[in-house]
Amino acid sequence: MLRRLVHCALCWTLSMAGVAGLYILAGAEFLGLAQLIVYVGAVAILIVFAILLTQRRELLSIERLTAGSWVTGVAVAGLVAGCLWIGLAYTRGLGGAGGASGGPALETRELGELLMGRYVVAFEVAGLVLTVALIGAVILALPFEQPREASGRRADRPAAGEGWDARRQGGQGA
Amino acid sequence: MNMEGILALTGWGGLRWVGPVELFERGPVWLRDWAVGWLPEGAKVWAEGLIPAVAVLAVFGLLFGLATVAERKLLGRIQNRPGPNRVGPYGWLQFAADGVKMLTKEDVVPRSADRVLHFLAPIVMLAPVALSLAVIPYGRDLVAADPRCGLLFFFAVGSAAEVAAFMAGWSSRNKYSLLGAMRAIAQMISYELPLVLSALTVVMMAGSLSLVEIVEAQSGYWWGVIPRWHVMTPWGLAGLLLFMAAAAAASNRAPFDLPEGESEIIGGFMTEYSGFKYAIFFMGEYFGMFAVSGLAVTLFLGGWQAPLAVLEAAPSYGWFFLKLGVMIAWFIWVRGTLPRLRVDHLLNFGWKYLLPLGALNLLVAMVWRGLGGWAFPGAGAVRWLACLAMIGLPAILWGRLLMRSRGWGPRVYRYAS
Repeated sequence: MLRRLVHCALCWTLSMAGVAGLYILAGAEFLGLAQLIVYVGAVAILIVFAILLTQRRELLSIERLTAGSWVTGVAVAGLVAGCLWIGLAYTRGLGGAGGASGGPALETRELGELLMGRYVVAFEVAGLVLTVALIGAVILALPFEQPREASGRRADRPAAGEGWDARRQGGQGA
Repeated sequence: MNMEGILALTGWGGLRWVGPVELFERGPVWLRDWAVGWLPEGAKVWAEGLIPAVAVLAVFGLLFGLATVAERKLLGRIQNRPGPNRVGPYGWLQFAADGVKMLTKEDVVPRSADRVLHFLAPIVMLAPVALSLAVIPYGRDLVAADPRCGLLFFFAVGSAAEVAAFMAGWSSRNKYSLLGAMRAIAQMISYELPLVLSALTVVMMAGSLSLVEIVEAQSGYWWGVIPRWHVMTPWGLAGLLLFMAAAAAASNRAPFDLPEGESEIIGGFMTEYSGFKYAIFFMGEYFGMFAVSGLAVTLFLGGWQAPLAVLEAAPSYGWFFLKLGVMIAWFIWVRGTLPRLRVDHLLNFGWKYLLPLGALNLLVAMVWRGLGGWAFPGAGAVRWLACLAMIGLPAILWGRLLMRSRGWGPRVYRYAS
């Protein structure tokens, strides 16, 4: 249906906001808001930037949808819906859950204490992985050729009358 | 909610005398309860949510109009010219004329633009900002919504502004729009970190994410005269300065208004917008400024608390809007004073200066709490000065060092020489 990758990314953002809404309705306020910050605020922007910086233009839009892609799409959607339906149908006690009746399953304070206490190693390792990724990105983005010293650069800049202006005048004369 | 209040205003039998202090303080809540009381049972829940929402939008809509005129008049004063002075008394109705002009202007959409996204972008820009106004406590009982994670809610809904800027820039099919959008997003992401860090300091000291509780944590006075606002502590003072610098950048205000730098990229992501869509972008920007100013007032300046015990007779929302006005005036003054930054200056300032200082400020707040147990005479002053030195000296020295390492000299153009 959506042929442009940017539209797909924005729809994905909308569905992530919807998931955040589900979390909030279920009483997990902190989780829902964190979901909004992480997915809508950060990951969505990451994705659209990745799309914008993609050099191969033909990847950015789907020219025509074949019958096969329709079939695959509908099949995957049906599979996901079926799994969800089975999961919901066979889960007990779902009717009583929810923010209105039960209150929050976990207060923000308890969540923080768990993250800083029992699960501190997993939490810190996840942070370390992200830091490594950040450093890797910086190294990738560094220019291969180190810039020369400021004084050297100033010396090899063209002096007045022989650089850009001279070349342009020469071009006009020729 | 307040049965006595309702009777005081609506009932005949239970009429109760209320003093002017209580009348002004509780008046808005009574008015809401009185209006809700007329409605059938099923509609009451909706009305209790809708009435504060309409009130907030009406008040800030009017404030938006007045702020545009105030900004133009103050900028005119700074630039030694009169500013708008034709419409209404002293030109204060200029915003009505502007509104009519914006409404009746032609709405131009580029032929190759993505029409749906082009239409949606202003809405996505304004709606989250308006939502973030809901959690700010305007008075003792005046808050539209008080979720347990109010501060997190503020930043969570605010993060949609980046998506809106991208939508506007990309859908316009204009390279200046897209460049402006990329600048805006880079700036918002970079400056969200120091913004959240300085807010986090307050969360740590107040021990709550709820903005109502953060305001209540600042009640009371030291020796009966100095209010216990966070700005009166060294970490709070540094936090307020960091917060305001980051807030100016996050809301794309001058001197950080590179996304719409007219001399470089026309109007940024707003280039292809005209008429009322442009007005909505403009409104979103102002609402964003009100929201961060309101958050700064709530976090550091004591929210609706009065500065002196004797002045508590004045209604609490009056104090809030007075402080908000001071904040808006600060924004306008800065815009009239400082020239626009360059992109690399902007990013260096955010990442190399504000971010380390924000982290250091968190540490200073911890030390401040740790030194709270001192009991010898003059301990308060020593504690205050020690903490101020701990954040102030690095701020000055690190700034000097960064300036020196950049060096003053002729500009070197890497790609254009």
